[in-house]
Amino acid sequence: MNRRDSIKALGLAAAGGALLLESCGPDTKTKKETATGGEKLAGVTEQEHRRNQQLAAERFFTDHELATIAVLADIIIPADEVSGSATDAGVPDFIEFIVKDIPDHQTPMRGGLKWLDVQSQRRYGQVFIKCGEKQRLELVDKIAYPAKAKPETAQGVAFFSLMRDLTASGFFTSEIGVKDIGYVGNRPGVWDGVPEDLLQAHGFSDGWG
Amino acid sequence: MISYQIKENPTVYDAIVVGSGAGGGMAGYVLANAGLKVLMLEAGPFFDPAKDALQLRWPWESPRRGAGTVRPFGDFDAAYGGWELDGEPYTRAAGTEFEWFRARMLGGRTNHWGRISLRMGPDDFRPKDGITDAWPITYEEVKPYYDRVDRMIGIYGTVEGLPNEPDGIFLKPPKPRLNELYIKRGAQKAGVPVIAGRGAVLTEAAPEVEGRGTCFYCGQCGRSCRVYGDFSSSSCLVMPAMKTGNLTVVDNAMVREVLTNDEGLATGVSYVNTQDLQEYTVKGKVVILGASACESARLLLNSKSASHPGGLANSTGLVGRYLHDSTGASAGGFLPQLLDRKRYNEDGVGSVHIYSPWWGDNSKLNFPRGYHIEYGGGLHMPSYGFLNWVPKVNHLVPTADGQSREQGGYGTSLKADYRRYYGANVGMAGRGTALARYDNYCEIDPTRVDKYGIPVLRFHYKWANEEVEQAKHMQETFKEILHEMGAVVTSPMPGPETLYGLEAPGKIIHEGGTTRMGDDPKKSVLNRWCQAHDCRNLFVVDAGPFVQQGDKNLTWTILALSMRTSEYILKERNKLNI
Repeated sequence: MNRRDSIKALGLAAAGGALLLESCGPDTKTKKETATGGEKLAGVTEQEHRRNQQLAAERFFTDHELATIAVLADIIIPADEVSGSATDAGVPDFIEFIVKDIPDHQTPMRGGLKWLDVQSQRRYGQVFIKCGEKQRLELVDKIAYPAKAKPETAQGVAFFSLMRDLTASGFFTSEIGVKDIGYVGNRPGVWDGVPEDLLQAHGFSDGWG
Repeated sequence: MISYQIKENPTVYDAIVVGSGAGGGMAGYVLANAGLKVLMLEAGPFFDPAKDALQLRWPWESPRRGAGTVRPFGDFDAAYGGWELDGEPYTRAAGTEFEWFRARMLGGRTNHWGRISLRMGPDDFRPKDGITDAWPITYEEVKPYYDRVDRMIGIYGTVEGLPNEPDGIFLKPPKPRLNELYIKRGAQKAGVPVIAGRGAVLTEAAPEVEGRGTCFYCGQCGRSCRVYGDFSSSSCLVMPAMKTGNLTVVDNAMVREVLTNDEGLATGVSYVNTQDLQEYTVKGKVVILGASACESARLLLNSKSASHPGGLANSTGLVGRYLHDSTGASAGGFLPQLLDRKRYNEDGVGSVHIYSPWWGDNSKLNFPRGYHIEYGGGLHMPSYGFLNWVPKVNHLVPTADGQSREQGGYGTSLKADYRRYYGANVGMAGRGTALARYDNYCEIDPTRVDKYGIPVLRFHYKWANEEVEQAKHMQETFKEILHEMGAVVTSPMPGPETLYGLEAPGKIIHEGGTTRMGDDPKKSVLNRWCQAHDCRNLFVVDAGPFVQQGDKNLTWTILALSMRTSEYILKERNKLNI
């Protein structure tokens, strides 16, 4: 079979090939699939699928915690001229799933959210999400920059780093995020080395350097 | 209701093969094609990459976005298994380490492996330094089998004429990606050679390969390939062998022991069906173990009888001994020259595009043997955690318009940083020779059984100075290469307290040596044909027979030796010796 036959065979091969032909679906699909554990894909074992569904059916965060996560996620990745925000990409649902999947994240997340509310309460007399944007950002500024944060905010810095990592993971692995980051692979093609203009721009004489 | 009566299959097979990975798959293929009636037993479920591969899936199709919670190499990786399996424990002696990766599925670990296919060289079979025992066979004796494996399965690479890195019969290799061109340039400045990779991927139609598709460059060999464009034992050996009508595969069959008669010859095996727990026995004229080095050793040690009181083929007490993995250590950084890089599809193949074969001169070094280097980085498909490094390093380089950044951050500037740094990362990992030592071994844990009641393995493995010094050398080399290519190093430079980042034994998943071959029956388990000295109709075709692996990933040698052993079995049958 040559490459053209391979690609043809793929087109006929049920799900994987059909996916290639589909355009990107609506973003709500991402949210829904994350929340339900998704459909069982061929090659996923029954046991794995059951685990996904069970985790999706459980609830870890309270409404208040999830609302706080949503606010923080959009502070970390807001909408800009290129793409939507973290909540547009379903990041809070992803974080709800991943802390059940990786239980080591549970206490740092829950405790970190509480830490944030306690700080907010002390400083502004109300929990984080009740604060105005200026106050929220004032507080975030104290924990978003590890190198200049004060030692007494170290726990907050650790929490924010985790929240930032989970937000970036959730956002840039969503349909919106993959498009934003500019990943253009995951499709059949031909690899013949680095394109000529890039070779030149980077000072390489040919495809083998 | 389970019947507690053992079901006996009345058929006497010409051969029973235990395990369906590279070794078992090749044995099944050769014997079935020669007309023998072969039964293959696989502990896991049937797996066909054409239907079961998670190839071409997007990260959002996994609720954990590809994280390694369920499958250690991520949700889309092809291996059903991992370092720990429910109900199938193993133990480690106090003060020693070993990590044992098992894949329970047709094709075993060949479904997800890196497809890096290196031949061992003349010095690997017959070491000139005398530090480890020589193999009973030479490279010249194995070469014809390597050649045939190359043609039968397909491998890309370049003819280089290096002394201990034998060339093969190669398809065209994929060209380097952009970050790999930088690596090549930097490594060469550091005095480290870089050549085209050698991988079991059909980069073009190969004359002797039928029924398989050509690579379409998705870079996802680890997920296994729907068009069989790379080598998996399932797609390239077992399923074609089934088509001869001579190979019967029973999946979900966990072999308990090899059965022997009063003369000490193998008569068959007993196994348990992992789904309904029914017990079975099957008869065979020859028993061939390809269950993986440690699993085959476990099976032999668990097969005790009056004629083999210490376990089958174990009159020397050497089954399980000389266990050795490869060494592994890694480092990484990013290339400021690749910040804000132009996007293009550089998925390429899922095996390596380039690598560095061992180049060192041991007379000037304080450790024996050596390692090769594999490289990574670039514009990969997004998956869980892939950008976590960015907020840790975004203060190290000014922004495109010359502003300085604080480390970390949030908002539109951080979002821009993620885009700016994506694909600028580079990584490198050494894979080296760990010495096969008598004192590194696995044995039966006297007190533990798995959920099927089968006694489990206990590992004893410690690194020694040779491996630690090698890891130190790797780290120094990595740092030099990263420096010469103008990269910012982001991995810590590990010191002696972590053995220079040397991975725990087992982590590289190259374990072998547990049933080593040799001409002296007192010093080896198998003879030069992988036939047990103590039992002439018993063979081992996984990495157990390896006397000492080089820094070359095992699979190609497993395939060549299994082909050689299988043809020996055919010859001996004709001579009525077995």
